[in-house]
Amino acid sequence: MSDTNPLGALALQFLSLSLLAVGGANAVLPEMHRQVVEVAGWMTDAQFSQTYAIAQAAPGPNMLVVTLIGWNVAGFWGALVATVAMCGPTCLLAYYVGGIWDKFREAKWRRVIQTGLVPLTIGLIAASGILLAEGAARTWSTAAFTIATAVILMVTRISPIWMLAIGAGLGIAGLI
Amino acid sequence: MPPLPPPSPDDGLRPPPGLVELFVGFLSVTVIAFGGVLPIVRRAVVERYRWITPDEFTELVGLAQFLPGPNIINLTIVLGGRFRGPAGAVSAFLGLTLVPAVGVVIAGVVFNHYADVAAVADMLAGLAAGAAGLVIAMSGRMAEPLWRYPSFHGAGIAIAAFAAIALFGFSLPMVMLVLAPVSMGLAWWKLR
Repeated sequence: MSDTNPLGALALQFLSLSLLAVGGANAVLPEMHRQVVEVAGWMTDAQFSQTYAIAQAAPGPNMLVVTLIGWNVAGFWGALVATVAMCGPTCLLAYYVGGIWDKFREAKWRRVIQTGLVPLTIGLIAASGILLAEGAARTWSTAAFTIATAVILMVTRISPIWMLAIGAGLGIAGLI
Repeated sequence: MPPLPPPSPDDGLRPPPGLVELFVGFLSVTVIAFGGVLPIVRRAVVERYRWITPDEFTELVGLAQFLPGPNIINLTIVLGGRFRGPAGAVSAFLGLTLVPAVGVVIAGVVFNHYADVAAVADMLAGLAAGAAGLVIAMSGRMAEPLWRYPSFHGAGIAIAAFAAIALFGFSLPMVMLVLAPVSMGLAWWKLR
């Protein structure tokens, strides 16, 4: 971590991430990981996966991982700057587009954009999952638990919080 | 509490919520939303509060996904803004994020403080493994239509995006710049 004040870097980074987050916050996790872990060196791989896990386990929107990263990098102001950068400009855009969107319900370009973005989003979220799994996997059994969780949540309708609780429990028990 | 009757498409909606109702409504959603807010928001605004119809909700989700930024935040802003203008958007946004933001920071501080305790570190490791599985499962669920109606466009773009990021480590702006126009071009061709 450098000596310079990281607030400007945080603001710039999450601002640019938010504009790329067409598939939601999870689709930009790999880029967030690249910036935070590899470029800025604010966190280790494992810290990033754990920060994400804490944000997932706590109630509320998943994008609050951004708030927590900001807090870990630069305390209260870091949390505020990161959150506002991630939400502010895109909120303004959403507010204005939300007012006129209905007019374009039948427009072809609207369906083209939506159809085009769906597979891209799926690929990006899958990549997010793999990168998080790499950060989380400290042993073979941890990796096996990640795979088991993915399969169980894909084929059943149980709430994800149960798998998080089981993971935490197995971790405490030293089983994974 | 007796179960509410399902709202009919046009009537059965309640009067538009005020600022306090928007704040409290989204707050009540967010504090019970573990691992995914969207289904719980739907249950609240369509079934419990009956602010909008199911069809309106589906359209809002499409819009929120099309716009850049966190989807659930976009949806909250558009919904709050539709009822009460800018102040409504801010009320709904604060209801959704304020309390959980404080909660997540407290959780982070507590975990960091005890990170040296072996049991806490082990617990976090297990939690992180589960959270990673959750994201993989989400992508699998979203990919269901791709399995059911396989298309070169859908599967090809999804695999290319995955490989570019996870296997080759390209940056997201680069991947988006290349793949988004290609994917939209193929979609245009398909919808022609």
